[in-house]
Amino acid sequence: MSERPRVVIVDDHRLFRTGVRAELGDAVDVVGEAEDVDSAVRAIGEAKPGVVLLDVHLPGGGGQEVLRQALPAYPEVRFLALSVSDAAEDVIGVIRGGARGYVTKTISGEELADAIRRVAEDDAVFSPRLAGFVLDAFAATDVPPIDPELDRLTQREREVLRLIARGYAYKEIARELYISVKTVETHVSSVLRKLQLSNRHELSRWATARKLV
Amino acid sequence: MHRARDVSRSWHEHTWIPQIAIREPATAMKASAPVGPGAGGGLHGSDGPGAARGRPPGLRRQAEGRLLAGVCRGLAEHLGLDPLVVRLVFVVLTVANGVGIPVYLAFWVLVPAAPSDRRVQDRRLPRDWAELIAFAALTLGGVMLLQLVGLLPGGVAWLTIILGGLGTAILWQQADPAQRERWLEVTGRHTQSSLIRSLLGAVLVAGGLVGFLLSQGELRAAREGLGFTAIVVGGIAVITGPWVVRMARELTAERRERIRSQERAEFAARIHDSVLHTLTLIQRHSNNPREVQRLARAQERELRTWLYRPKADADRTLAAATERVAAEVEEAHGVPIEVVLVGDCPLDSRLGAALQAAREAMVNAAKYSDAPQISVYAEVEREAVTIFVRDRGKGFDLDAVPDDRLGVRQSIVGRMERNGGTATVRSTPGEGTEIELQVGRSE
Repeated sequence: MSERPRVVIVDDHRLFRTGVRAELGDAVDVVGEAEDVDSAVRAIGEAKPGVVLLDVHLPGGGGQEVLRQALPAYPEVRFLALSVSDAAEDVIGVIRGGARGYVTKTISGEELADAIRRVAEDDAVFSPRLAGFVLDAFAATDVPPIDPELDRLTQREREVLRLIARGYAYKEIARELYISVKTVETHVSSVLRKLQLSNRHELSRWATARKLV
Repeated sequence: MHRARDVSRSWHEHTWIPQIAIREPATAMKASAPVGPGAGGGLHGSDGPGAARGRPPGLRRQAEGRLLAGVCRGLAEHLGLDPLVVRLVFVVLTVANGVGIPVYLAFWVLVPAAPSDRRVQDRRLPRDWAELIAFAALTLGGVMLLQLVGLLPGGVAWLTIILGGLGTAILWQQADPAQRERWLEVTGRHTQSSLIRSLLGAVLVAGGLVGFLLSQGELRAAREGLGFTAIVVGGIAVITGPWVVRMARELTAERRERIRSQERAEFAARIHDSVLHTLTLIQRHSNNPREVQRLARAQERELRTWLYRPKADADRTLAAATERVAAEVEEAHGVPIEVVLVGDCPLDSRLGAALQAAREAMVNAAKYSDAPQISVYAEVEREAVTIFVRDRGKGFDLDAVPDDRLGVRQSIVGRMERNGGTATVRSTPGEGTEIELQVGRSE
């Protein structure tokens, strides 16, 4: 494994930041912390981390605002959204705002470290619930797609997402589908791209609801 | 856990009622304005339709809320009308042929004053001069206009102008009297500004009068006369306008505040009902990590459901029912169950059976697998519904299933087959178990 990812933790609860720091232990190198949008943008600029652990709900505009301000300035920084919220519009909102992944705060320290590593290596990280949302959002409808390449998932992508939703790890998915872990990651990244760029009605609706358009 | 939620929800509905009752006084005051000393309409002689409730009192001149001698107010209460209506009748009578004034004087002399409580009288607030001036201005303006019309052939303008003035006055009167009282009770500023407004109005009326006389003297009637009329109406508008505007604004603000405080109360009730309760329980069980985790999970799930999920009837849709079943199993066995749902559909008997099988699978995993967590995934497609129950526990060898597990397998596989579905059990010792349940959709 390469060097430890350098991480900035953005969350408005100090207790939570301390907890995450402790749980991650030596797996990552925490180079900064921030508690709201302004301090987050500042911390990212100063520390130039590999990965930002980004809380969806933040004072000053939420995780999406951090993405909007920081991503254009520091395009090499990867964002992993972390949230207690299960609301579809929150999840879809940060992903479409540019986050590379979404996990819930109930995740174990080990899994979180793994997710950070994966995001640092430019892969996408989907929690089972995010996979569920995506399957929901890309469910077959009678509405003809505007852009077939972006508005539809391939059969394989659908299978991968379904397995993620069922609680499978990438390694298990690879074994289940007789493909390599790298291929699984490619599929997930491709889904992430569609999620960020597609103009499917369901996605637009969520985006509109969060004033993302 | 769902049961607990239902209880708390109905508890909520109970709190709603006192909630409204607490917020009511502003409205209640409207209905019972004359009750309290100096309350509501007492000040303005405008206690609204509420005064007409009950038996009409005998004809008495009312000291409370009178403008001149209480004649109009007494008549209004006797007839069950709004005092404004009676006052306007008198204004019109006066304007039309001057008969209003002798009639009013006759009433003043002949009708006895209402006996009034001394205490109330002592605390009586001064009459509303602004309103009196408004009525005076209205009368004066009306008389002047009539004079003008006498000089002008075919002038219908005065009628519309008087109607406009009446409209303004009625609008003013219609607004919440309790609100109006509140502004005026804020001593000093409001009274002062209302005085200034009244003065301004009076000046304008006087200006109109002078102009009118001048124009009459020169016998250049039409155009300038109408111009001065506009000034008179402007005067009235200056007196009443700002009140109308502010009243509307205050009413909106009050309504918004009421809604906000209701929401706040709902949140507070929810937090009190569930979160605080759970925290207490957690403290009591602090030496039992399993119980603490169970409590925390149950509370988390309940809050999540409340905050993020649209209200769904757990007896009618698959998604809600699946969540409920998972919650119940989690509650009973203390193993976290992660539920992911894609799509939804109404529940029928076959889906109900599949859900029962899923419950068995969850219970099974929770009891025997030793897995720290169970994943449930349900997907509704066009033709079929599939439910996966997966754990990363110790798994088992299908061929060496112990006897006591046979029954469970019956209740999963057997139940699915009886209902035209399929159940697939995949288990690897040391890696975990996944049970896939599939059933076709009816219709």
